[in-house]
Amino acid sequence: MLKDITIGQFFPGNSIVHRLDPRFKIVITGVFITFLFCAENFYGILFGMLFVALTVLLSKIPIKMIFKGMKSIIPLIIFTSVLNIFFIEGEILFSWQFIKITKEGLETSLFMILRIICLISGTSLLTYTTSPITLTDAIEQLLSPLKKVKMPVHEFAMMMTIALRFIPTLIEETDKIMSAQKARGADLETGGLIKRAKALVPILIPLFVSAFRRAEELAVAMECRCYRGDEGRTRLKQLKSGGKDYIALALSLFFLDVVIFFNCIF
Amino acid sequence: MAIIKTEDLTYVYSAGTPFEKKAIDSLNIEIEEGELVGIIGHTGSGKSTFIQHLNGLLKPTSGKIYIDGTDIWQDKQTTLETRFKVGLVFQYPEYQIFEETVYKDIAFGPKNMGLSDEEIDKRVRETAKLVEISDEQLEKSPFELSGGQKRRVAIAGVMAMRPKVLILDEPCAGLDPKGRDRILDRIREYHKEYNSTVLLVSHSMEDVAKIATKILVMNNSSIVCYDEPPKVFGMADEIAKMGLDIPQITKVFNALKEKGYHIADDVYTVPYALKKLLSYLDEKGVKLDA
Repeated sequence: MLKDITIGQFFPGNSIVHRLDPRFKIVITGVFITFLFCAENFYGILFGMLFVALTVLLSKIPIKMIFKGMKSIIPLIIFTSVLNIFFIEGEILFSWQFIKITKEGLETSLFMILRIICLISGTSLLTYTTSPITLTDAIEQLLSPLKKVKMPVHEFAMMMTIALRFIPTLIEETDKIMSAQKARGADLETGGLIKRAKALVPILIPLFVSAFRRAEELAVAMECRCYRGDEGRTRLKQLKSGGKDYIALALSLFFLDVVIFFNCIF
Repeated sequence: MAIIKTEDLTYVYSAGTPFEKKAIDSLNIEIEEGELVGIIGHTGSGKSTFIQHLNGLLKPTSGKIYIDGTDIWQDKQTTLETRFKVGLVFQYPEYQIFEETVYKDIAFGPKNMGLSDEEIDKRVRETAKLVEISDEQLEKSPFELSGGQKRRVAIAGVMAMRPKVLILDEPCAGLDPKGRDRILDRIREYHKEYNSTVLLVSHSMEDVAKIATKILVMNNSSIVCYDEPPKVFGMADEIAKMGLDIPQITKVFNALKEKGYHIADDVYTVPYALKKLLSYLDEKGVKLDA
């Protein structure tokens, strides 16, 4: 059950997308989001889908994984499309009592669905192809100008790294505790809301206890290795950018231009 | 009739992703009632996955499991009942403790079985006595106990359900020799007292040699052998090749054999070693004082 969570998961590989400089990947994702929101018509969105499809192909991530990631946003898609279908005024196609469906409503909701799908699949490609550690490294470096105004950028990045690092550990731990309590006959699957909430107690308490224990152990381990924050800290793996990164950025900027151009001519 | 029987039991982790891994590969085994089986194998040999199948926590990718002659996946009810018939104690079981008092934590399993209050009380007290937890400790918070005590409480939590088959995954991990012997003693006691079948997972041959009536060796997702301890330890070389350690005393006797003193091949506990050694010396005409 818990193993089905794919959003934010890293998918190891050695494709060109995996090898891009993570700082560039973040910027490119920014550009991608920008052009998705700039797009005012279907041509623009279709062009965005082309961009996603290209990147997926290059990254060699199985299409199945992308679809699996989509599953969790189905409620969001249904919610937005319902809002759009029923509440947009325009040329009426169908009406029954107070419900009316307009051509504009249908168009907008389709447009929104495509945009959300593009947005989620495109941005999840970033986490699929970048390991969490390099991702936070890149965020730290991109935000480093903020250190000048006394923002604790390094500390934020370290907190994020630790949090990301412990997601799988905690999931595994939860799985283990759930199995242990199930082995003692705990019923987690049936019953009403209150019964189910109560059934969570035997899982949450051990989980919290172990999370605190781990946090303390990690803090001690970091101190033992003389961790003292950002100042004077060097890296084993320096992020490097090369020709392919600039080409990728140029390509994404080109897509942005095309989308804006589409907005003007159609 | 065998109490545990598996037919071509196979399990694949994360099927369809790059992390796909065959954890166990067509296991066929029959374990008779009343045995105390030591399961040994290297880390990643599939032993933990195997035992999680026996009480229906993991559903096999293919193959069948019979407990007491019933297919445990035949319907939902049977699967749930299996959980009570086959008690599973996980590694580091003290991390599953959650109640306010030791008493309540041990009572969690029996309560889930829907037993009456008197029966629960009787079982909790009996089991606490069996694992050497005092009445006074029963009313304490489990978080006040020492590591070894917590471990015994957690094991008692499963024993209190009186499973016909008790499975323990590395019950001695992380304990000192004294605590380890104590746990092993308690397990043997349970085995005797309730005449149940016990499966004990370990990668320490020493532990297994002390109490097991049969040994199951796993390597690379499959079963290498399932036999009585002397026969298994007789294959010392193969076992060493799998990266497993044989008991120290067996090593000593093997080393003696290399030096030209062939005493016995089936030595794996100290008392037996002493007996063999004495008779060997006698044979050679060496007189011992006292």
